[in-house]
Amino acid sequence: MAMQSPAAVAEAAAPIIRFDGVTKRFGALTVLDDFSFAVAPGEKVTLIGPSGSGKSTVLRILMTLEPFQEGTLTLGGHGYHQPGGAGAFRASEKHLRAIRCNVGMVFQSFNLFPHMSVLRNITEAPRAHGVPRAEAEGRALDLLGLVGLADKKDHFPAQLSGGQQQRVAIARALAMRPRVLLFDEPTSALDPQLVGEVLGVIRSLAHEHDLTMLLVTHEMRFAREVSDRVCFFNKGRIVEQGDPERMFRSPEHPETRAFLQSVLA
Amino acid sequence: MMYGLAWDTSTPLAFATSILPILLIGLTVTVKAALAGFAIAIVMGLVFALLRRSRIRAVSWTTAFVVEFLRDTPLLVQLFFLYYVLPDYGVVMPAFLTGVLALGLQYSAYTSEVYRGGIDAIPRGQWEAATALNLSRLTVYRDIVIPQVVPRIVPAMGNYAVAMFKETPVLSVITILEMLGLANMIGEQTYQYLLPLTMVGLIFLLLTLICSAAIHQLERRLPKAGVPLK
Ligand SMILES: Nc1ncnc2c1ncn2[C@@H]1O[C@H](COP(=O)(O)OP(=O)(O)O)[C@@H](O)[C@H]1O
Ligand SMILES: [Mg+2]
Repeated sequence: MAMQSPAAVAEAAAPIIRFDGVTKRFGALTVLDDFSFAVAPGEKVTLIGPSGSGKSTVLRILMTLEPFQEGTLTLGGHGYHQPGGAGAFRASEKHLRAIRCNVGMVFQSFNLFPHMSVLRNITEAPRAHGVPRAEAEGRALDLLGLVGLADKKDHFPAQLSGGQQQRVAIARALAMRPRVLLFDEPTSALDPQLVGEVLGVIRSLAHEHDLTMLLVTHEMRFAREVSDRVCFFNKGRIVEQGDPERMFRSPEHPETRAFLQSVLA
Repeated sequence: MMYGLAWDTSTPLAFATSILPILLIGLTVTVKAALAGFAIAIVMGLVFALLRRSRIRAVSWTTAFVVEFLRDTPLLVQLFFLYYVLPDYGVVMPAFLTGVLALGLQYSAYTSEVYRGGIDAIPRGQWEAATALNLSRLTVYRDIVIPQVVPRIVPAMGNYAVAMFKETPVLSVITILEMLGLANMIGEQTYQYLLPLTMVGLIFLLLTLICSAAIHQLERRLPKAGVPLK
């Protein structure tokens, strides 16, 4: 083979994210079964696939929002495993916090803190981590500039549109300077006319060379445009992955073809 | 005569005006006990609610048991226990402190349920966002959870404040001279119960109404989204 597969490239560059044989169950339901997956530093990866296929679960495990039952997860050099069935073992809070340092997440439903001003939403985490107030606010104002909301710093979330709220949520996630940023359907809760402004912000982030991005989205055109690699998920497995142009032009697996036909129709 | 104040039983009006200062002295005891008791209930209720959410089973179960015990035994029993039984084991406290503790602890059990309901009502996304920002548990409760819980629980807390205020006369059984106890003593000495007791009832009514109105105002003033943080 002349070209290395994207998975092999990720392997070569000492991946920042690596799932090794991870199994995740919700009671009797196995969502991820012996799942292995790696992402290289700076890589922009999009997960696509039908609803219920386990895309959110992958992101939520990375964000340490979900424990898993078997296998190992490595994130920015921090190993993290939960061997032994039924989630009996929990990694220590200290260990989880070391892992979380590397990761930020943008949620479908924004999840801004409703009682905090926009500025405070963004400065909350840095301040809690010991960054002096003035410095945290300076950083927050820069980030608000980046997402085009510098004039909204004293507003409260309820005074903003969904698109504006999601842009604040992106700024909030960036304030902790994560190496990996996760997006779980960031535009799915938005009115169609507000999708563009959020995608615009994410697009500009995709130009950040050092930022690793893992994005779950149903915006196929956008996925094609910003990703280095697209992974098609079905029933907790990556059925097919590769270069976005190739994936969307000539999907190899029949399941991928069927899915793309249904969403692009 | 009480506290150096003599009463005048010549006419009902003279009687009322002469015992009012005595009752007001009792009222200060009542109000102090209610305020101190409620302060304990607000703090300990939160402590109980948080302990009950502990990941350590032994802690959460013990707390659940203690809360259930406090809720399901009469205040009077707790009061007698603290005042008459504990001294046998070397724990001697002044009557006022004992009374305030008993009131505060019993109401902590009620307020802990209010806190629990309030905390459970915080949407899961708030906790997840806090985790994603790597906030410590202390920060999550202090900055995210409590400020959002407060407006939700003001009405229920207010009801308990009023209920506790009305329950303070029970303290007279452990020799605390609060308003009702004094009225009763005036009755014993003058053989006139109707007027002192009616006055006590009216004073309670008046203060309860004021209290309820204040809580209602507070409820209206607090933003629904939570105590704002700039
Ligand atoms: N907390 C949970 N409890 C039980 N089942 C869950 C839970 N979260 C997700 N699931 C199940 O796991 C599967 C994968 O869900 P998810 O990762 O959210 O899929 P996707 O994001 O691809 O739509 C689904 O069948 C879903 O019902
Ligand atoms: Mg999902």
